[in-house]
Amino acid sequence: MKVFLDHASTTPLRPVAKKAMMEGLEIAANPSSVHSLGQHTRNLLEDARDSIAASLDCNRSEVIFNSGGTESDNQAIKGLYWQRNKNASRKVVISSKTEHHAVLDTVEWLESHEGAEIIWIDVDSVGQLDYQQLESVIQSRHDQIAVISLMWANNETGVIHDIPRVCEMANQFGIPVHSDAIAAAGHMPISFKQSGLAAMTVSGHKLGAPIGVAVLIVGRSVKLESLVHGGGQERAMRSGTMNYPMAMSMAAALKQAVAELDWREKELGELRDYLETEVQKRIPEVEITVQGANRLPDNSHMIFPGCQGDSLLFLLDIAGVEVSTGSACQAGVIGPSHVLLGMGKTEEEANGCLRITLGYNSTKADVDKFLGAISPAFTGAKRAGLSAR
Amino acid sequence: MKVLAAMSGGVDSAVAAARAVEAGHEVVGVHLALSRMPGTLRTGSRGCCTIEDSMDAQRACNKLGIPFYVWDFSERFKQDVVDDFIAEYAAGRTPNPCMRCNEKIKFAALMEKALALGFDAICTGHYASVEFDEDGNPELHRSLEMAKDQSYVLGVLRTDQLQHAIFPLGKTASKDLIRAEADQRGLSVAKKPDSYDICFIPEGDTRDWLGDHLEAEPGKIVDQDGNELADHDGTIGYTIGQRKGLRIGKPAADGKPRYVLDIRPKEREVVVGPQDALQISEISGERFSWCGIAPENTDQWLSVDCQVRAHGDTVPAEMAIIDGSMRIRLSEALYGVAPGQTAVVYQGTRVLGQTTIDETVSAQAANV
Repeated sequence: MKVFLDHASTTPLRPVAKKAMMEGLEIAANPSSVHSLGQHTRNLLEDARDSIAASLDCNRSEVIFNSGGTESDNQAIKGLYWQRNKNASRKVVISSKTEHHAVLDTVEWLESHEGAEIIWIDVDSVGQLDYQQLESVIQSRHDQIAVISLMWANNETGVIHDIPRVCEMANQFGIPVHSDAIAAAGHMPISFKQSGLAAMTVSGHKLGAPIGVAVLIVGRSVKLESLVHGGGQERAMRSGTMNYPMAMSMAAALKQAVAELDWREKELGELRDYLETEVQKRIPEVEITVQGANRLPDNSHMIFPGCQGDSLLFLLDIAGVEVSTGSACQAGVIGPSHVLLGMGKTEEEANGCLRITLGYNSTKADVDKFLGAISPAFTGAKRAGLSAR
Repeated sequence: MKVLAAMSGGVDSAVAAARAVEAGHEVVGVHLALSRMPGTLRTGSRGCCTIEDSMDAQRACNKLGIPFYVWDFSERFKQDVVDDFIAEYAAGRTPNPCMRCNEKIKFAALMEKALALGFDAICTGHYASVEFDEDGNPELHRSLEMAKDQSYVLGVLRTDQLQHAIFPLGKTASKDLIRAEADQRGLSVAKKPDSYDICFIPEGDTRDWLGDHLEAEPGKIVDQDGNELADHDGTIGYTIGQRKGLRIGKPAADGKPRYVLDIRPKEREVVVGPQDALQISEISGERFSWCGIAPENTDQWLSVDCQVRAHGDTVPAEMAIIDGSMRIRLSEALYGVAPGQTAVVYQGTRVLGQTTIDETVSAQAANV
């Protein structure tokens, strides 16, 4: 029996999400059609929008459905950058080296294609933003800043950034802030309304909906240039026939995830703490990567000295335990995590890490199976690590 | 046995893995990532470690129902193979990077890691055979299909490596049969073109690639007596036995074409001379190894066959270890053998050992 402890990569489809999607799939009509069947599917879509707005504490008109988190991040950052440079020259984009590649690569694309100047905000050794640096950059460059994009919680380490604080600094100068909240939404309390954000990304499959649906929350007064052009759906920010079954599924998953937040914080948090304590008992040299930082209750990130992540992953996988190192390229190569490198870790440290993420269906038995497998995996991976030198 | 199948993404390693599965081994497929910056799609017949190859290897493993992983050896590959390749050329030698990869990566770094992780053996798609003598000692033999025989590039393997190596394709009569078998097994790589060139030189032009990695130092083209004949842009542009592109204005005294005989990077000299001077009658090298158990009385001349290239050019010879070097006396002269190349010695089909060539003796000089 396999044990799945890689919920941050994607979490299994929730039964409520599957049910909602199946209900949507039973009815075929274009939500833009004028006839009654079209009106019916439009209602299903708008019910989903209402539900998501309630879950994320935003206005219903602020919910823009699309195909995934990467699309949302691209739309938000490029869209805001272009909009902000329509009638003025604001070339500065602010972000951090520990962002997801959907943000990093988008920001770097703006640099190479649109002449943007990127200012990277440093993080400390446990992944926390340097808010003083951010404040000073905003103070000195505010009239040149197009957009700030900083994630709410890190997808590898689970470290939570103080997004309301970031927005407070930026909003006094009218600078729009986007946040990739994919790892945070449904994992910790989020209020778009109170955050001060201009735009926020939330993806379905990290919540228990299928892969292929996400939302970009765009403040009512926020304007941005669209990446795609066509029928003008979704406030003309995301043209294309609306995928109501997927929207319904995401709404159901998010609603349930938000309802579980207390349980996640307490029960799952305790399970995560138990996991870490037990690993430390078995392997005293293990480093809890972001100990002391404000972090998600369901994420455990550890560095195993002397090991290579690919060896650990292989041995755990063979033992029936599925976890992650956090990063692998398209060819499947497990490289040193850019997040850990961004935190100032050495390449060796960044190579020897594991990310264990718990989800809505995780149990103590799952964690115990991991604990049973980790010591032999550590010993084997360390042996392999030594022979690799 | 627990077997790690090294999967390049090509047809040979896929069929080798399939045969290992069929033989009842517990097989895991591993693709070696050898470049930190893999391209997306392979062009023509070249290159490994691209995303396409990794995906092809994965598809083959899925078909065989075995787990698949990608392991990163790019750092080791760069140090032990790519940097060595550049340094050897810089020293005026002609290295064989595939041999170095087998010696340092596939049957060293990968094998050590595999054994440390609990595997018993590595299986590859090389065309060669491991057989065991009466005492159970492993021997490396040529493959049944001589046209594809790859025992030469495996000549660097030692007993401890052969003990953990499985080459399931060694007894197959032809490559066509392997392709047919791949097709029959439903492996999508059945018709994938073979790769021929050096994997880390994607464009296939070694000179061009070296030009990007080594600084060219202009110098003189000289004859065997040291007379200057022309200028050159850098010794790395030349290879022993090369005839074309020398751009020497005046013809030789005898009117015959001239060939590159020697490359001397330190002196920035390229020595040219008549074709006869390319004939080599003796080879020696300090860096030698035995492929399996060492023969007895290696201080005595032993009858062998000698091969200096991956395919062809096998000649009868005598071999002995003298003053710490493997010396090989060729019974027929070989043309254009360069220091840095590997000489592999055989007895019948068995690979006896190998040496990286340090020095060659011209047949002309020997005859004088």
